[in-house]
Amino acid sequence: MDAAVMQAEKTHKTVMTPAEPLIMKQGKPKIVAEGVTVHYGEKQAIFPLDIKIPDRAVSAFIGPSGCGKSTFLRCMNRMNDTIPICRVGGKITIDGNDIYDPGLDVVQLRARVGMVFQKPNPFPKSIFENVAYGPRIHGLAHSKTDIEEIVVKSLKRAGLFEEVKDRLDAPGTGLSGGQQQRLCIARAIAVNPEVILMDEPCSALDPIATARIEELIDELRQNYCIVIVTHSMQQAARVSQLTAFFHLGTLVEVGDTEAIFTNPQERRTQDYIMGRFG
Amino acid sequence: MTDMADSTSAKAKGSQSRVLDAARVRKRYRAETRFRWYGLAAIGFACAFLVLLLGDILLKGLPAFEANTVALDVTLDAGKIDADAIAKSNFNSIVNGAIRDMFPGVTSRSDRRALPKLLSFDAVDEVRSAVVANPSLIGTTQNFDLKLSDEADLFFQGMSTDEVTIPVTGSLTVEAADGGFRLTSSSNDFAGVLARVKQRLETRRAKLALQASQLTRVRERLAAEMPLAEAAVKEAGADATHTHPATRRLAKLQADTSSVAATLERLKAQTDQLAARVNDTSGAEQLTAVLPSYFINLPEKGVVKITGIGGSHITGEAYMPVAATGAVAAGNWSLVEYSQPEADRRISDKDIIWLTSLREAGLVKSGFNWPFFQRGDSREAEVAGVLGGMIGSALTLTVTLLLSLPIGVAAAIYLEEFAPRNRITQLIEVNINNLAAVPSIVFGLLGLAVFLNFFGLPRSSAMVGGMVLALMTLPTIIIASRAALRAVPPSIREGALGVGASRQQAVFHHVLPLAMPGIMTGTIIGMAQALGETAPLLMIGMVAFIVDVPTGFSDAATVLPVQIYLWSDLPEAAFQAKTAGAIMVLLGFLFLMNALAVVLRRQFERRW
Repeated sequence: MDAAVMQAEKTHKTVMTPAEPLIMKQGKPKIVAEGVTVHYGEKQAIFPLDIKIPDRAVSAFIGPSGCGKSTFLRCMNRMNDTIPICRVGGKITIDGNDIYDPGLDVVQLRARVGMVFQKPNPFPKSIFENVAYGPRIHGLAHSKTDIEEIVVKSLKRAGLFEEVKDRLDAPGTGLSGGQQQRLCIARAIAVNPEVILMDEPCSALDPIATARIEELIDELRQNYCIVIVTHSMQQAARVSQLTAFFHLGTLVEVGDTEAIFTNPQERRTQDYIMGRFG
Repeated sequence: MTDMADSTSAKAKGSQSRVLDAARVRKRYRAETRFRWYGLAAIGFACAFLVLLLGDILLKGLPAFEANTVALDVTLDAGKIDADAIAKSNFNSIVNGAIRDMFPGVTSRSDRRALPKLLSFDAVDEVRSAVVANPSLIGTTQNFDLKLSDEADLFFQGMSTDEVTIPVTGSLTVEAADGGFRLTSSSNDFAGVLARVKQRLETRRAKLALQASQLTRVRERLAAEMPLAEAAVKEAGADATHTHPATRRLAKLQADTSSVAATLERLKAQTDQLAARVNDTSGAEQLTAVLPSYFINLPEKGVVKITGIGGSHITGEAYMPVAATGAVAAGNWSLVEYSQPEADRRISDKDIIWLTSLREAGLVKSGFNWPFFQRGDSREAEVAGVLGGMIGSALTLTVTLLLSLPIGVAAAIYLEEFAPRNRITQLIEVNINNLAAVPSIVFGLLGLAVFLNFFGLPRSSAMVGGMVLALMTLPTIIIASRAALRAVPPSIREGALGVGASRQQAVFHHVLPLAMPGIMTGTIIGMAQALGETAPLLMIGMVAFIVDVPTGFSDAATVLPVQIYLWSDLPEAAFQAKTAGAIMVLLGFLFLMNALAVVLRRQFERRW
């Protein structure tokens, strides 16, 4: 490793590829992070990073295990608050509002920023109740028909309605893995969020189920700001418009997906994409 | 490259041959078989003990569920009952008269006094309450099913003595002689009796002889020690005052020797006497109270107790009037042995004869002992019941459940889901775990000091008992509930938080329902523990003899296990049966609770 690379690693500087990503020119960024750091107790998990995430597009976080991409994802809806030893520094804004503002209600934030987890985790209730739970606790619907409308709309958007329309009372845990994950996506979009965070949503699924989810993500892009963490570079290349490469807690390179995969500026990005480490 | 290929194949060969090594495979299979047998043996062992325990309790406890009554005509003489104060009238003499009327042949004062004791003391109350309820009965004669005493119950259940009918073949000649009777059998039927008696005597002689031989060995040992002790005294010489250890030892040895010698002499005299009786060939024998009782049943209800045997005839005493002397044909008389000697049982020979004659007359009815479930404790075994204990247990457990379940579950939820992890919560956690291991009597002491002495709550009450047991049950419930909450996968919490549920909503909507079966199990285990607890309740006075069935939480009450403990202490044989019966009721309660636990768990699990 030459001295320049080592220097780059120490400074935790982010390379932009190209210097002005094309996707950012489409409009104002939805999420802006400035100097975000995360500590788990004594250990620093994320070194100061800056990133702008576009609205109505899919942004993919890639990088080897333990590089901090999931940690950063969980900062964006403050899921890290549930871990007592976790400290977050810096500033994250959504539509210009600081989400770490002490006056902000974290429950409201999570209603705006939905999340889909690595392992499908439907509630052990019926399919209908799974989707209806969020709207109910947020008071989005007042009558039974309202709720039904939201549930059907969400399931349709998640591409699950046709498969389960005859058994909405069946337990959500009885569905197949891919269906469960789509149910979780339906559950997340039922509360009408602006941002959907996905933490390796396909890592527990077979290729066919993965293809369905990817299709779905591509459709959802029309209406939501989607951030996806993935281990699969092909997936990142297929579904995302912006790609960010993390390494050892540092955001190494961020840019248009096409540019990152065809012409990475950073040596580490190139090595990772070529499969030389990770 | 070739090197590498060689070494890999060699390795593969080696490992393959090791895997296929027949001896190793056999050894592994043997180890597995052996382990399976260990498991089966352990289960068999446990099952055998369970069967033994339940069988023993069942065998001992079943008599408690049976009661005997006798149908008696009771003359409710208007002259003896004061119509204005029925409850205060002397029903004793009325009921006593009724049973005495059944035995006109019984004339001696002591026998007439013994007859009413066949009945339960409750019989008088039964008649009295019937008349109080219906005063028009006065002046009539009514047939009552009156409860018999506990000893009578035991006799009819065959618990007092074995009853053996000895076959007889000859005809019998009955003559009056010396105020008693002299009976002669035409075919030497009494030789059998004599043989049985001699066998008894021989058994006793052998037992005494064994005692004597043991004592002889003791005497020999003492004799061997004697010279040493004497030498020690001699050596001490002038120092050997009466307080000197050597002198004292010698004195003790001498005293022991003489007492052993005296006992031996007495034993020898007894054995010799018994041996003489066993070896006596004259065929004469006196039947005393330490020998089994033999009765001859004669026609028309006559009963003669054999008091002595002399060759082919026996002498006896009439226990039920003998109708006529003279010859009795074979088949019209019988010979019965009650194996337990009269001196070794609580029911007398006369009682047995009276009860048997009532039974022969078809007046005795045996039925389910409902009062056992309808009454509280009593000093009289035949009317003592478990209702007081059952209600007391139910009230106590209600208080325990109402206190410990909400507090326990709330504490568990707070500690597991909301409390910050710091020194204080760690300290609380350690203390809760320690509390679970505190001996239950300590909680009793705490209850005594705090609830009774400081707050002045009513002594012996179900309320205080329940509070003490709640203290005891709390750690169990908290620990079980925390384990159940911890077992709920964190992905459920994350899912709920992810759609914007607050922490409290996540816990109450998703985590708690999933943890409910585990919490239920913990609670039922805690309650079952509380149901069987005695020690802490002793401290707060629930061990008192309480006759009245409690009607509220502040009434003096007792609980089932304490009732069992109280009864097990009593000497009457009937109470031993009651003890086992109450244990069966307690076990029944436990099974019911466990069944409830299973049902509840199913119910909650169906909702996932």
